[in-house]
Amino acid sequence: MSNVKPEEESQHGDIAPGDEQGADEIGRGVRGYLIGFVLAAGLTAVSFYITRSTLVWTPSIPIALSVLAVAQMGVHLVFFLHMTSGPDNVNNLMALAFGLLIVLLLVLGSLWIMSHLNHNMMPMEQIMRMQR
Amino acid sequence: MSTAPAAVLPTPGPARGHAHAHAAGLTEHLSHSESQRIVVGYGFWIFLISDIILFAAFFATYAVLTDSTAGGPTGRDLFDMTLVAVETACLLTSSLFCGLAGIGAQARNSRMFHGAMAVTFVLGAAFLAIELHEFADMIEKGAGPSRSAFLSAFFALIGCHGLHVFAGLLWLLTMMAQVVAKGYRDDIMRRMLCFALFWHTLDIIWVGLFSLVYLVSMAL
Repeated sequence: MSNVKPEEESQHGDIAPGDEQGADEIGRGVRGYLIGFVLAAGLTAVSFYITRSTLVWTPSIPIALSVLAVAQMGVHLVFFLHMTSGPDNVNNLMALAFGLLIVLLLVLGSLWIMSHLNHNMMPMEQIMRMQR
Repeated sequence: MSTAPAAVLPTPGPARGHAHAHAAGLTEHLSHSESQRIVVGYGFWIFLISDIILFAAFFATYAVLTDSTAGGPTGRDLFDMTLVAVETACLLTSSLFCGLAGIGAQARNSRMFHGAMAVTFVLGAAFLAIELHEFADMIEKGAGPSRSAFLSAFFALIGCHGLHVFAGLLWLLTMMAQVVAKGYRDDIMRRMLCFALFWHTLDIIWVGLFSLVYLVSMAL
């Protein structure tokens, strides 16, 4: 898309999120998407497989699924959204990193607080008995 | 933008303020349409991240309420994993074709653009149809959103994603029509960039949903 030479762009510029650096030829772009697709499909297949098989110790399956999900999200970000660690992507990545911080605080914080509240709450039957 | 080193900037003329010099330094290397593409794409990226946070809030609610089934059916009783696998395949493949459509648009290859967009639409619509069928099936079984806190949170979370996909499908058709009517103008290409970001982000969110909503319920 861009007419700017790559070395000029990487010196001080930014790149729009989703745009790929120097992907002017069709073949190169398509290959990137295909690699991403194969990797993502593989990770999805593994996720579905381990829930049905006895390959992974049952109590640790949720952890394994979380790891696979995060890995697949990474594949999507790199191959579909063309996030790189290059200087032209710093702003895009920083925004994403801040979003991830909020997501983690929100999800882990909620689970942590609510499990403590559940733990400290009077059992339901006792509450019912007191209301009678 | 803040990373522009001072050394690259041209020496400011006597009448120019600092802000002007900064802007001039940027436009020296990037044409107006290129810098606008970065600004529009970045702004939309910020919106998408806020959308991800919205989904995180719905997901946190769901995660807290998974066991609050009020004596009703659990996820394990209700979810049909074959359907979820087909849904996942549809959305993942549609993401691939959305990317191909973007490449087609940049190469000004109308056949590739419209073909890939049409496939993306069909796969997205198939995803939505399966999801609606799943919802209807659950409601018919008496497991609608009013049955338990778990089901309320489930319908809110998955339904919110479904609404996004529906909006994305409408946007997709709009993009195809705009390319036909107006051609590959700069503003149309910016909208196409935003649409591709949106569609890929929906797929990323779905990765979290199929893993941590559907598959986890089977494992527990």
